[in-house]
Amino acid sequence: MAVTQSESPSLELPENVVVSRLDELASWCRKNSLWPMPFATACCGIELMATGAAKHDLSRFGAEVFRFSPRQCDLMIVAGRVVMKMLPVLQRIWQQMHEPKWCISMGACASTGGVFDTYAVVQGIDRFIPVDMYVPGCPPRPEQLIQAIIDLQDKIQEEGTIAGREFNTRQRQEKKRALVEYPETLTLDASRNPNLQRELSKSASNLN
Amino acid sequence: MTNTSDTGTETVIENAHVRVLNAFCGPVESSIYRKQQRVIVPTEKSFDALSLLKDRGFDLFIDVTCVDYLEYRKAKHRYGLVYLLASTMNTERLTVRLFVDDPQPTVASVVPLWEAANWLEREVWDLFGINFTGHPDLRRLVMPEEFTAHPLRKDYPLQGRGERHNFPVITRDHS
Repeated sequence: MAVTQSESPSLELPENVVVSRLDELASWCRKNSLWPMPFATACCGIELMATGAAKHDLSRFGAEVFRFSPRQCDLMIVAGRVVMKMLPVLQRIWQQMHEPKWCISMGACASTGGVFDTYAVVQGIDRFIPVDMYVPGCPPRPEQLIQAIIDLQDKIQEEGTIAGREFNTRQRQEKKRALVEYPETLTLDASRNPNLQRELSKSASNLN
Repeated sequence: MTNTSDTGTETVIENAHVRVLNAFCGPVESSIYRKQQRVIVPTEKSFDALSLLKDRGFDLFIDVTCVDYLEYRKAKHRYGLVYLLASTMNTERLTVRLFVDDPQPTVASVVPLWEAANWLEREVWDLFGINFTGHPDLRRLVMPEEFTAHPLRKDYPLQGRGERHNFPVITRDHS
């Protein structure tokens, strides 16, 4: 053992000392002390509470400190549908949070609008604020939310830098989804639908 | 008051309130459905008729709501307003209905009679665009202030006219 150590070019370290990159150390601290900002507007909020409570115990992953002030949080969990009257509030709270910060879109409604495809409900918060993790489900079970937080921890560890350079990449700056709405009246385009073409030719031959 | 069946409507009414309304604003249409008295009053006399009913003991204003009869079979008018009144003295109930039409659906506000009508009329204004004359503070109640449409009208598209996407997009750079 002593022989190989002396032959190796590696640095000799005293006991209880590890070598790491400062970026990784910062990410390690951040990922293990996520402070969630609960933006719970619907039934997903109940599952969010269950996740924080004793049975599922989010504190096992260092994320149990729910704060109701955005100034003290670094993880926004949007749990539930967001109506258009609420969206300016959501954006303001997001802007009040300090960097580095992350966002989890919890449940079908927050991610896509869910079944509420109406004039009042925003069809996915990722159209208007950045989102890091999506949790499917209606509502998702606490295990799913915990999995999302674990995955987010991996993401933070992988790409985190002490100066937050990862947020300046082009990919993170892009709008998450093209703001394209469906046209008001769907027009049938036969050129892209072979079944429709067949039906049309059949009816045309019947007429002849 | 006679009522022959629990489910059918009965037009022969000898309700005291209806008799008074008949004397006050001409023959009114009235019916009973499942033992509940309903009466249709003329729109231009609605305030006086409701004021009369308040004096006759209907001291509790339960609700005012609206129905859009666009493309409704046999409908003669566009909007129907429904007032639900009750008496705390003898637990009597009365449904008062009246009809208004486009282009300026207007009806007299009953806030001077029942303070409870304030927010209820604001809600009807917000969602159906019925104008309540004499209302002290006719603002939108549930939709945002800058909203321009009345979304519960049947000719308003379910998915809106782009209002839900009319927001600035915050990227990582902005926040």
